[in-house]
Amino acid sequence: MENLDALASEARAAIEAAADAAALEQLRVDYLGKKGQITALLKGLGKLSPEERPEAGARINVVKQDLQDLIGERKAAMENAAVAEKLAAETIDVTLPGRGQSTGGIHPVTRTMERMEDFFGAIGFEVVEGPEIEDDYHNFEALNIPAHHPARAMHDTFYVDEHTVLRTHTSPVQVRVMESREPPLKVIAPGRVYRCDSDLTHTPMFHQVEGLLIDEHSSFADLKGIIAQFLRVFFEKELDVRFRPSYFPFTEPSAEVDIQCVNCGGSGCRVCSHTGWIEVLGCGMVHPKVFESSNIDPEKYSGFAFGMGVERLAMLRYGVNDLRLFFDNDLRFLEQF
Amino acid sequence: MIISEQWLREWVNPALSTEELAHQITMAGLEVDALDPVAGEFSGVVVAEIISAEQHPDADKLRVCEVDAGGERVQIVCGAPNARAGLKAPLATVGGVLPGDFKIKKAKLRGVESFGMLCAEKELGLSEADAGLMELPADAPVGADLREYLRLDDNMIEIGLTPNRADCLGVCGIAREVGLLNNIHVHAPAMEPVPASIEDSFPVELVNPERCPRFVSRVIRGIDITRPSPAWLQERLRRVGLRSIDAVVDVTNYVMMELGQPMHAFDLGKLSGGIRVRTAIAGESLELLDGQTLELDEQTLVIADHDKALAMAGIMGGEGSSVTDATRDLFLEVAFFAPELMAGRARSYGLHTDASHRFERGVDSTLQVAAMERATALLLDIVGGQAGPLCETVSQKHLPQTADVCLREARIEKLLGFSLAPAEVERILGGLGMGVSRTDEGWLCSVPSWRFDIAIEADLLEELARVYGYNRLPVTTIHAGLTIPARDEARLPLRQVRDHLAARGYREAITYSFVDPRLQRLFDPGVEPVALNNPISADMSVMRTSLLPGLVASMLRNTNRQQSRVRLFETGLRFLPGEDCLKQVPTLAMLITGPRLAEGWTHDTDAVDFFDLKGDLESLLALTRAAGNVTFESAHRDALHPGQTALIRRDQEVVGYIGALHPAVCRELDLPANVLACEITLSAVTQAELPAFAELSKFPEVRRDLSFTVERVIPVTELLENVRASAGTYLKDLTLFDVYEGKGIDPKRKSVALGLTFRDLSRTLSEQDVNVAVNQVIDSLEKNYKAELRN
Repeated sequence: MENLDALASEARAAIEAAADAAALEQLRVDYLGKKGQITALLKGLGKLSPEERPEAGARINVVKQDLQDLIGERKAAMENAAVAEKLAAETIDVTLPGRGQSTGGIHPVTRTMERMEDFFGAIGFEVVEGPEIEDDYHNFEALNIPAHHPARAMHDTFYVDEHTVLRTHTSPVQVRVMESREPPLKVIAPGRVYRCDSDLTHTPMFHQVEGLLIDEHSSFADLKGIIAQFLRVFFEKELDVRFRPSYFPFTEPSAEVDIQCVNCGGSGCRVCSHTGWIEVLGCGMVHPKVFESSNIDPEKYSGFAFGMGVERLAMLRYGVNDLRLFFDNDLRFLEQF
Repeated sequence: MIISEQWLREWVNPALSTEELAHQITMAGLEVDALDPVAGEFSGVVVAEIISAEQHPDADKLRVCEVDAGGERVQIVCGAPNARAGLKAPLATVGGVLPGDFKIKKAKLRGVESFGMLCAEKELGLSEADAGLMELPADAPVGADLREYLRLDDNMIEIGLTPNRADCLGVCGIAREVGLLNNIHVHAPAMEPVPASIEDSFPVELVNPERCPRFVSRVIRGIDITRPSPAWLQERLRRVGLRSIDAVVDVTNYVMMELGQPMHAFDLGKLSGGIRVRTAIAGESLELLDGQTLELDEQTLVIADHDKALAMAGIMGGEGSSVTDATRDLFLEVAFFAPELMAGRARSYGLHTDASHRFERGVDSTLQVAAMERATALLLDIVGGQAGPLCETVSQKHLPQTADVCLREARIEKLLGFSLAPAEVERILGGLGMGVSRTDEGWLCSVPSWRFDIAIEADLLEELARVYGYNRLPVTTIHAGLTIPARDEARLPLRQVRDHLAARGYREAITYSFVDPRLQRLFDPGVEPVALNNPISADMSVMRTSLLPGLVASMLRNTNRQQSRVRLFETGLRFLPGEDCLKQVPTLAMLITGPRLAEGWTHDTDAVDFFDLKGDLESLLALTRAAGNVTFESAHRDALHPGQTALIRRDQEVVGYIGALHPAVCRELDLPANVLACEITLSAVTQAELPAFAELSKFPEVRRDLSFTVERVIPVTELLENVRASAGTYLKDLTLFDVYEGKGIDPKRKSVALGLTFRDLSRTLSEQDVNVAVNQVIDSLEKNYKAELRN
């Protein structure tokens, strides 16, 4: 028993010095195994007197437990080191780009129309559509633009035949909705429109979003409110907005709406032709004759309509400086949206 | 329409700056498009007279002029071809400054001293004319400051008038507006009747009074046409965009710009018998003032004498009866033509004149006499002569009637959203020239003859709002019922389709709906597309029957710009002519080329193939939960690869096609060799099915794999359908996990490997259950497709 302490320190030193898991296991067998030295000491307890036995047994067990713990710790440390080494070997360059499909994107015109639809959708407007090859009646007559009306000269119309045109605005969709449904009505009609005009600032096809609200008490004040709110939300800015009297055969009173130039803030620049204002849309109260063509009683109902050029709003919103880019479909352009 | 600020202020002169004035009329609905000074910035320019002009000793094109600049004579070297003794022209004196901060200094030209510069109009910023010196009238006071003499401190105000405001196509109309807006008086120049000094007149007959109900005429004899228009008149015309021709034409133009009433002067000596205002006889021809000879139709009104048509009424005068240097006697005409019958006439001949612009929109039907008196007085002043009596030929019953329009007070509040004090209503309406009387409900307004655009109550409301100021009207937030429109859950929003494709690497394109007929034919030769009567160009002349021509053109644009990997889609209408009607079908098209993945470090550089595009389409169809209703069958289609093309059917109906572009087409169009295209009716990818819950089985599933060979030509889809049909009700899932052709297989055959998963809701399937099902499958495949089971 007198050599228990020496044996314990010898064992501890050996465990500390063990180079690998196998050496450690050998030490465990040597000291703590069936034929191990500590085990042998325990076996030798029987030779002691019953008075000495409990104390000696306790001492040996303390050493045994101590060595077991030490071996366990060393083993865990060795395993951790091995894992760490393996992980180190598995290190990758996390800055490399991920594998897989590059993402595409939607066209800025679509993006702009979707934002407009979101605004009007949130206040209960429904999206409706109509044909693009349209008859003269819906594109003109029903909108109070009879044949030879001077307003027709403002629309450079593409003709398919004498009575059929490519719609020059989305307003015919208004008429189609009024013909087929009963008020109250709250709709917007986004879509392609066509004018026979092509230069730096005109493309023969472009997009409009038409809006129509009809109920028993809607007024010009409501129109002003809805347009001002739309423009604030669309540009995410408090903007000066002004309503200017204008003329559209299908609305009365009619207005054109200007916003403070989003480029220069109203001080005057190339974008606003140095006026500080940019025209963004036309609107007005639905003309009684338009109501009459659709058999809606203008005494009972009133309503307003508005039409916005999508490309124009998109150009202002994203700073696009050339209208024609929208239809070139150059990926270098599309990828910016 | 351009007016001169000075001219306007002669009629009405509010205490506003130029900019304030422009803003005010813009906000009243007369939008000012441009505001430009009538002359450039210059100083030190005087009226000078050339006393003598001698050839420069050393320069062919220069002359040495002795010039009287008022008080002193100076020597000026000048290159203008019209520099001649006796001419009065502007002289920029030494120390003067011309536009562009060009300082005038003493100079030596080819050895001869020059003390200033004689100027052309362009050099003074007056016009673009620079062919010679600006010729000033003979009575221009030598030595006078040119700015003061020509009153050049003036602005041209260009107004973009809307078609309803024909009343503002003259200074008087705009003056009326400005007077009303500022609540101040308008001073019209005197237009007193000119007493006749001779008895001469010329007979007038209105053959078509419905087209011309009023015709005012006057004979003036013994004019001196050689007398030029005075400087003030020429200047006025220049500032409204008109060129001076001769005094007679200038006066008629002046009256038109002032009152908005076009008029015409004929050479009386060239007229025969009397005037007949009538429609043209079909085939009748007329040589116009602009030199072209037109063949007239029966819808065209002419002013004729007893022999021939003289002028296209309200559009343009004729050459044969026009005033020339030799004219001594005039026949002046001022008429009212019915606007609805004038509409479109000029345009039908490809003409558009200041007169037709006004008559189409409408001229005040009571203005003719005043215009005649105004013109007569001006003419007598300038070219002299003896005026005959003013003759008016009129058909009262054909003259337009001015409307009486009721305005209900309650409608102001209802439609404009605010109330206006009755006194203010009356002030505004009265200021517009209306006779206003109070009624129980509001007012009865008699509309003045010049505001024939006002016919209904809404017109009056607009006037109130406009004059009161749109920007002063209240703004409200709409309050509407919360009836939310229904939304069909079984219809996929288009937005989801677009976003899905974008997430799979596609860029949305928007191409023109009109395409090149050549490309159109290539993709859809069997269909005669809708053609435009007036296309913008030949390559945009037919309405697309397929979205592919447009997408192909867009792809080409990109591949020509070194973009090798292009993935585009577009949604929009196709225009399909049909037996009874044209169909406009919402459609989706996709077009891809280049490597499957963007270039990267993983070296995955395989080019896309049919199954990439098909996979993208199938993933889209999967969103509808109805992919099972869609089938693909091998097909032929123009412009597509004969072995790599499929028709797409949904519920048996053909909804589109998918395939590789034919190599010959790619070559012809200069496209890369490997392009995949797909076009499908949009409803086929948006019409979805609602999710429907199915019970989850608590019992384990059993999987069996089958590998067998069949002849290569047998479509796998058919095999799968056969398996589904023969496997019985326990089959829950069928996977195709391998298709192999090549080494180790009979070259005429292919190997197909299927995974069959069986399961039942109520119990664990026995070995026996599964074996029976699998044997049924094998039997059926052997029997129907001569399938041979492998190992």
